[in-house]
Amino acid sequence: MELQAVLMAAGGGSRMPDLTYNTPKPMLPVGNKPLMWYPLNLLERVGFEEVIVITTKEVHKMMSTDPKMKDVKMKLDVVCIQEDGDMGTADALRHIQQKIKTDVLVVSCDLITDVALHEVVDLFRAHNATLAMLMSKAHEFTDTVPGQKGKKKTAEQRDFVGVDQSGKRLLFMANEADLEDGLSIRKSIMRKHPRMHIKTGLEDAHLYCLKKAVVDFLADNKSISSIRGELVPYLVRKQFSKTTNSPKIKDDAEDQNQKTIDGSTNHELLISSRDEPLLQLAQERSCWNDHRGDMSEAYHGGKLRCYVHIIDQGLCYRVNTLAAYIEANRLAPKLFEEPAVHPSAVISERCQMGSDSIIGALCQVADKTSIKRSTIGNSTTVKEKVKVTNSIIMHGVTIEEGCNIQGCVICSNAVIGRGADLKYCLVGSGQQIEPEAERTNEVIVGTDQLMEI
Amino acid sequence: TKEEKQRLRKEKKHQKKIKEKKDDKEEKPVGAASQPPTQPSQKGDLAPAPAPVPVPASETPALADKPAKSKADLKAERRARQESERASKQGKKGDVGQPVPTSKPKAPPSELQPVVKRLPEHVQVDNPDVLKKLAKKLERQQIPLRSDYGYKVSLFSHLHQYSRKAPLTQQLGIPSTVIHPAIVRLGLQYSQGIVAGSNARSVALLHAFKQVIRDYTTPPNEELSRDLVNKLKPYISFLNQCRPLSASMGNAIKYIKKEISNIPSQCKEEEAKSKLLSCIECYINEKIILAAKAIAKYSIEKISDGDVILVYGCSSLVNHILCEAFEKKRKFRVIVVDSRPRLEGREALRRLVQRGISCTYVLISAVSYILPEVSKVFLGAHALLANGYVMSRVGTSQIALVAKAFNVPVLVCCETYKFCERVQTDSFVSNELDDPDELIVTRKGKTQLEHWQEVPSLGLLNLVYDVTPPDFVDLVITDLGMIPCTSVPVVLRVKNVDQ
Repeated sequence: MELQAVLMAAGGGSRMPDLTYNTPKPMLPVGNKPLMWYPLNLLERVGFEEVIVITTKEVHKMMSTDPKMKDVKMKLDVVCIQEDGDMGTADALRHIQQKIKTDVLVVSCDLITDVALHEVVDLFRAHNATLAMLMSKAHEFTDTVPGQKGKKKTAEQRDFVGVDQSGKRLLFMANEADLEDGLSIRKSIMRKHPRMHIKTGLEDAHLYCLKKAVVDFLADNKSISSIRGELVPYLVRKQFSKTTNSPKIKDDAEDQNQKTIDGSTNHELLISSRDEPLLQLAQERSCWNDHRGDMSEAYHGGKLRCYVHIIDQGLCYRVNTLAAYIEANRLAPKLFEEPAVHPSAVISERCQMGSDSIIGALCQVADKTSIKRSTIGNSTTVKEKVKVTNSIIMHGVTIEEGCNIQGCVICSNAVIGRGADLKYCLVGSGQQIEPEAERTNEVIVGTDQLMEI
Repeated sequence: TKEEKQRLRKEKKHQKKIKEKKDDKEEKPVGAASQPPTQPSQKGDLAPAPAPVPVPASETPALADKPAKSKADLKAERRARQESERASKQGKKGDVGQPVPTSKPKAPPSELQPVVKRLPEHVQVDNPDVLKKLAKKLERQQIPLRSDYGYKVSLFSHLHQYSRKAPLTQQLGIPSTVIHPAIVRLGLQYSQGIVAGSNARSVALLHAFKQVIRDYTTPPNEELSRDLVNKLKPYISFLNQCRPLSASMGNAIKYIKKEISNIPSQCKEEEAKSKLLSCIECYINEKIILAAKAIAKYSIEKISDGDVILVYGCSSLVNHILCEAFEKKRKFRVIVVDSRPRLEGREALRRLVQRGISCTYVLISAVSYILPEVSKVFLGAHALLANGYVMSRVGTSQIALVAKAFNVPVLVCCETYKFCERVQTDSFVSNELDDPDELIVTRKGKTQLEHWQEVPSLGLLNLVYDVTPPDFVDLVITDLGMIPCTSVPVVLRVKNVDQ
């Protein structure tokens, strides 16, 4: 077996609390399918037959009842972890270390993409890399987000990603938060790769191919708790650390000490295959080099290599903010050729439905309604004379007559009273909007959620 | 014994084929022998091809079997069929002319039966039947078919041409279950050129086979000797699709298959596997590492102080020889000749300069300007063919030609495991076409050839190999010693007897 897939579905969705306080993030409906269905579908399409899903008990329960999850034909090995335990993604990997027998492909549950996965895996295979990841050009979300008052906040802390000339080898990765004193690049990197492209407009897709040795390394180093935040920068830095390179350089006393501390860690990361001398021989005899202009051999003799595949065209979203959620809802249905209207939905003839709207199962849409550019979830009831534009309506919602809903996100089981006029609002789960209400740009959640800070 | 049984089976098959395709076979060798050189083909010396020679000799006993038709009638029939076939072949293959039977003449002189000559399928890409057969075979083995890319120059339309940007892995599922992951990785490395060079490819291939053998378990009711060979066949097809196999790889595969089928059936699996692994180690050690040492020893005798040595491209063996000679304190300098699009000379230059050898670097267009300075030319080889021709990187024959014109000795260094029983007299019949987009270069932000596919009269040709006639080669240095080019068939014969 070559690769084992691991889906991380235990995240809390901390950046969109209004949506996730009732529905856990992996089960949020996007285009009427649960969010975690998308990465599972990607893995299934590519040819995986088994996936290890790390999630919470709540999500596991919801998974077994959701009809769309039954469409997933792969064997899902669900590992439940505590929801409130502060488990990072690396901690989760450590938790399932016994199940990992080969290299892993770690995917996050909020990734919606149509990338050709073989491009990432080919980098991993061809260069015998320790880490291969996927990044995409960050998107600017243009839709107005409900509940956002004033101008959009300044962008979150940027990521600085340094790649070499070919754009594939990952040389440098740091978050703005860690760079208070400025961006410093080690001389050893500059000597080996004099031309580095530093990019800031990239978004990490949270898709990583890791060697098995890395998982074993995690088991010994319990201090690393997040793949993205700690493990990846560590690996990228370790590519150029003196102790991982060939021992031809003279070490001074300092390095000797360093070696003993890092010695054990390096053992783990550089577990060589049994036929290392043969591989070495093949590489020596091969007339290929990944860089030119200096006297060193291919890969500068380094055994630890990190690669990145950057896509600039195509769909790649991480649904971890409200804006991303709205955008994903609009674009995700275009990935699949599915009928816009579910066959079990009941729609009256005098309803005007735009072509880019989706109606879920068991819906009831009455006369004289107009639905444009919207997603309507399962078992929703829409009464007469309702205008729904640019909105996302989740499951089990009831919208009474005469409502006008524009640019809203209405969570499951909400009830919108008759004649209500909502613009750019976010209605929390189970909320009730009184009739004739007029709300603009508000987040309407229950009082109990307000307590959670 | 097994060999005898195999030989008997082959003979029976040949007998059957003789009876069925008797007329076709009679035509081919007769046509080849008597065809006047109507086309200005480079196949002037069809004579060196040993294969057609034994066939007409053995035709006479076959002819005697048919007393019904008179000899004159038969001759007339043959002539008529010959003409029609020649006409149809001209229409099909254009300038290529009558394809030289390049199939391996498996008939050693001991066998009097005529060999059924069939063209290998990789040089019949313009024949739709062959393509269909290939597609069916790959489907059966569950390997995706790689599609050809771009416009092919008509002279080489019978060869595959693939694009580097369309690897075979995009048609495979990601956790590859049909093909062992080590083989997928190897195929990727071949197609992207990460493992390039005859020796490197063979070593990497054997390394991957070691992994395969380690992970192999005999299914119940199967024998390891037969099942493992069947398991290896789809992997070899896959590697062939990624990049056509080299002669050295072919010989290594033959060796492994022989070793596997020679495993006695009562041998336990663990024992058999460890035996195979040690065989592979032994092969690499003998044929590659020790051979390199022996060749270096012989070559150092030929390098004297004050020499100016010309090398072409990046041959791992020639680099090794030069480094060894430098260690032995010979005083010489090297001129590295390089050519586009691969520019492998840069890598050779790096390796030599790293050791401290003083080098000069020129492109192949300057060869005739620097040759007056050169005292010897050392060339590496991809394969040595049975008629003494040297198959090597494209440009080698040019260098040998110019060196001959300047009376500079040309020495080819080649291990014996690269000796091939194939016969070829020109570079057209069997070659490899690399990605034509590699020829496109961007200078000062402008890419002139970017839209070459839209120009209907433009074709980009990226050849990989060419053959050098033995008249231009003065000496071949092998691990068996220093032999003239014409002694290659002797070595092959000795090797066959050994095996």
